[in-house]
Amino acid sequence: MDDALIEVEGVTKSFVVRRRAGRFRRTRTVVDAVAGLDFTVRRGEMVGYIGPNGAGKSTTIKMLTGILLPSSGRLRVAGADPVRDRVRLAQRMGVVFGQRTTLWWDLPLRDSYELARRIYRIPDATYTRNLARCVELLELEDLLDVPVRQLSLGQRMRGDIAAALLHEPEVLYLDEPTIGLDVVSKRRVREFLARVNAERGTTVLLTTHDLTDIEQLCSRVMVIDHGRVVYDGGLDGLHEQGRSERTLVVDLEREQPPIELPGTRLVRCEGTRQWLAFPASASAAPLVAALAGRYALRDLSVREPEIEDVIARMYGEAVVAV
Amino acid sequence: MAETHLPLWRSGRWEPGHALRCYGHIVRMWIRAALAYPASFWMTAVGNMLLSGLDFAVIAVMFLHTHALGGWSLPQVAFLYGTSGLTLGLADLLVGSMDQLGVRVRDGSVDTVLVRPVPALAQIAGDRFALRRLGRVTQSGAVLVWSVAHLHLDWTPLKALLLVSLVICGTVIFGSVFVGGSAFHFFMADAAEVQNSFTYGGATMLQYPPTIYARDIVRGTVYGVPLAFVNWLPALHLLGRPDPLGLPSWYAFASPIAALLCVVVAGLLWRTGIRSYRSTGS
Repeated sequence: MDDALIEVEGVTKSFVVRRRAGRFRRTRTVVDAVAGLDFTVRRGEMVGYIGPNGAGKSTTIKMLTGILLPSSGRLRVAGADPVRDRVRLAQRMGVVFGQRTTLWWDLPLRDSYELARRIYRIPDATYTRNLARCVELLELEDLLDVPVRQLSLGQRMRGDIAAALLHEPEVLYLDEPTIGLDVVSKRRVREFLARVNAERGTTVLLTTHDLTDIEQLCSRVMVIDHGRVVYDGGLDGLHEQGRSERTLVVDLEREQPPIELPGTRLVRCEGTRQWLAFPASASAAPLVAALAGRYALRDLSVREPEIEDVIARMYGEAVVAV
Repeated sequence: MAETHLPLWRSGRWEPGHALRCYGHIVRMWIRAALAYPASFWMTAVGNMLLSGLDFAVIAVMFLHTHALGGWSLPQVAFLYGTSGLTLGLADLLVGSMDQLGVRVRDGSVDTVLVRPVPALAQIAGDRFALRRLGRVTQSGAVLVWSVAHLHLDWTPLKALLLVSLVICGTVIFGSVFVGGSAFHFFMADAAEVQNSFTYGGATMLQYPPTIYARDIVRGTVYGVPLAFVNWLPALHLLGRPDPLGLPSWYAFASPIAALLCVVVAGLLWRTGIRSYRSTGS
């Protein structure tokens, strides 16, 4: 059985940008928002889609949801063309735009769900079951009768996510679902998404700036830059490709001159504390042993790489490649 | 295969019934949202009524100094005023908020409409539905009733039918101008003003007898944007007035054809607009 849900082959999208150049003249520039995108997402996968601003993330989501027509290439969701079968596919997908609520500002949260029930023609039993589930897991019980304008950003986002799932979509697109949320709300949203994916097998594609989202949710990550997928794979591979480094934080008994240890690179030295970077793929054990043999140590810890740096390094490469 | 709620034939593309029902649900949501602030609702509704009544006060003042306007008596002009206001008011009530589409195109919230399984037109037509616009409908309706009571027409079933058709076709024509005009929001930054000149501007024009305008302007409302079919042409027949353009008498009954043409043109414009949005984005 072919379990590909999203198929993207050589998809491009270019926009014509007209700029004033003098009094009457306009210059016409063609901007490639997406330049030859290829990827496949299988049913039940949870994929993180990341990249810098303007890399083409939102354009991709808009093409997958049928809002935008690709300039060229082939794009299929559940075997259908998203633009031509927009209304039919809409029934099978859920979309959450992080910075744009679909909830009704002046009405209680519950009313937005009632409208979704009618728009998606959700059978009564399904609606009741799904609403109860979302209310329980997203802790919406006390919010149902509160006008949306009185909800906090985190509460509203939880409300939006529930609204996108009442009709049991096969695929859920999330554009920056955790943007601007506090730590507690972020955690709740992540736990909920992981659960929906695990229990219902809902395919999830999410764009984010918060790499913790990806660390905690996605086994697969796609990095897009300048309209192309520059990395597609697991998080580990991303570290490798980004030549990411872990850091040994060494607390010495006495102040020492900068440590020189093969396989490491001194990044900082402050009093009795020194920071040594080493490749994330290498093992820390021999280094720790070597250090313990040469110095009197008070404490020692290993810090995982910041993914932001990893990706920044990848972007740097991609820019150079262009 | 994951389950879907609907068999394929029900989740197809062309479902006017579902679209209309969703329009109704969205309208009901906006009414409830407006009633969340009752004081504001009543103030704007009454304000809307008074404001549209001002136009009629202007006409009434004119008749303090004259007995006829372009050869038309006060009840006759009131008939034009009432029919023009009522049809525009109804169209404005039903789809008038579409002139806000430009805002949605700019802030990108059209996207949220396009990801729902309902035609975009049904959702955007119901967007920001404003019940306060009943103000104009009520006020114009009252003037129409007053004028009919003072016109002493010899009612025949045909004339009664013509009056009913006038209200329906007039509403459809104005509604089409709203829909067709709003489609331009997909191409232009500020299309609302152009659209307003045809809807609100056109309605003000139709409040006065065609005899006071230059013939070319009247001709433009017959063969251009067919606003003359809203009330002028049927009214000439109903009130027994001579036609300044000397058009064939069946033009008085041609409003349904004009309305149908308007719907087709508006539909095509809307489709083109949506398609253009698809390829360019916001």
